[in-house]
Amino acid sequence: MISTAVMDVLQVTVLVLVAGGAVVVVRTRERVRLVLVLSCYGMLLAILFFVFQAPDVTLSELAVGGVALPLILLLAIAKVRKRPE
Amino acid sequence: MQVFPFLVVAWIVAVGLYGMVTSRDLIHQIVCLIVVQSSTYVLLLAVGYVTGGVAPYFSDISVHAKAVDPVVQALALTDVVVEAAVTALLLSFAVQAHKKFGTLDPHDLAEFKG
Amino acid sequence: MTARQRLWLFGIAMAGLVACYLWAFAGLPGFGDYPGPYGQDILAHAVGQTNATGVVSAINFEYRGFDTVGEEFILFTAAAGMSVVLRRLRGEREHEPVEPPVDKARRRSLPSTSSSVRVVTLVLVGPIALIGWWLASHAQTDPSGGFQGGVLLATAFMLVYLSGESLAFRRLSPVALLNAAEAMGAGGFAAIGLAAVAQGLPYLYNFLPLGRIPGAVSSSGTIALISFFVGIEVASAFVLIVGEMLEQTLFFRRVRQEGRGS
Repeated sequence: MISTAVMDVLQVTVLVLVAGGAVVVVRTRERVRLVLVLSCYGMLLAILFFVFQAPDVTLSELAVGGVALPLILLLAIAKVRKRPE
Repeated sequence: MQVFPFLVVAWIVAVGLYGMVTSRDLIHQIVCLIVVQSSTYVLLLAVGYVTGGVAPYFSDISVHAKAVDPVVQALALTDVVVEAAVTALLLSFAVQAHKKFGTLDPHDLAEFKG
Repeated sequence: MTARQRLWLFGIAMAGLVACYLWAFAGLPGFGDYPGPYGQDILAHAVGQTNATGVVSAINFEYRGFDTVGEEFILFTAAAGMSVVLRRLRGEREHEPVEPPVDKARRRSLPSTSSSVRVVTLVLVGPIALIGWWLASHAQTDPSGGFQGGVLLATAFMLVYLSGESLAFRRLSPVALLNAAEAMGAGGFAAIGLAAVAQGLPYLYNFLPLGRIPGAVSSSGTIALISFFVGIEVASAFVLIVGEMLEQTLFFRRVRQEGRGS
């Protein structure tokens, strides 16, 4: 069993990373870069859910935030970008 | 550590809302909405956590082991999947707005008449 | 209202919101100190009552099954709403795609997907589909369940598109079949609940035999069955959503309209 002290350190670290990740996502302005940063943020969230002892939510967040949502975003961005005619 | 996760939740909400308000691009606004939604997942799981608890799956551990709260995990689980679909619906609105009005700047879209 | 005024208004409102948040959090018990009574009660009785060792799925599909029906119908409505919103506008026409794709503006063909990407994605399609299917049908044992399994299954379809075979993706996901599969998934869930009502039990009551060994594949009655239907519905919904967006990108072209902006 992992001691509570180690668990605490782990959780605080990942929480700080998630807080930093949120700032990075919000401050990114270019669209394609935004999608990739969002995908990394989804991975960080999945790690956070795992450290909070919730493997089900981790699976969902990995599949959705890591693959499905970035793909849908990229398709929408491809649709609305300016075409050099 | 007693209140740190809740502070992080408040921080994420503030950061996400700030991004939504100062955004000049509908896609960026929708991504900031995703960030605000993620704060609710963190809040749910932080409320349900029990110190020293394990994941609530008993196929290989005793039924009497101390486990974290399973109810909030059930809520967060369906939440994640369903809100992705709703975000996709929002994106389709943005795509149609771009088709009709040619711009995705919320300031310009707000002043459109008819 | 100028941008600066908007920012000031936001700052004041945000300060108020954060103050309320912090005041609310001060009243909460500390992180990790609150074993919620509902959760502890379910933990004590779930395995005995339902013979399912995955307590989270037991909550999702039995104890709070009614909420899950509602969430599933939100998903259904979102996918259907996308089909309605992304309808063909006046002045748009659909054109058949050419393979390999051609960038009309520059009169060159787009570089085809690199071989390594194609090999890796196509090789992964099979295992990921299998894992997704496995997850969707094993809700009662391990961390698995209809929602996760369904999304993973949809990811396998998306990998086909990502390997560069967009036409293969379109052929693999005919809209009529996906609509039928999604309806069957959502309807199946509701129908299981109604089957309980037909026997005089409350809606979504677990009326199938519970099995003898907790955690075996055949145990836990309706939980495994419902999770299977939910997996089908979630997978079809996500493939539909991606297919709708893809159609917009690949197959719809706008006709230029003079004098109307764009």
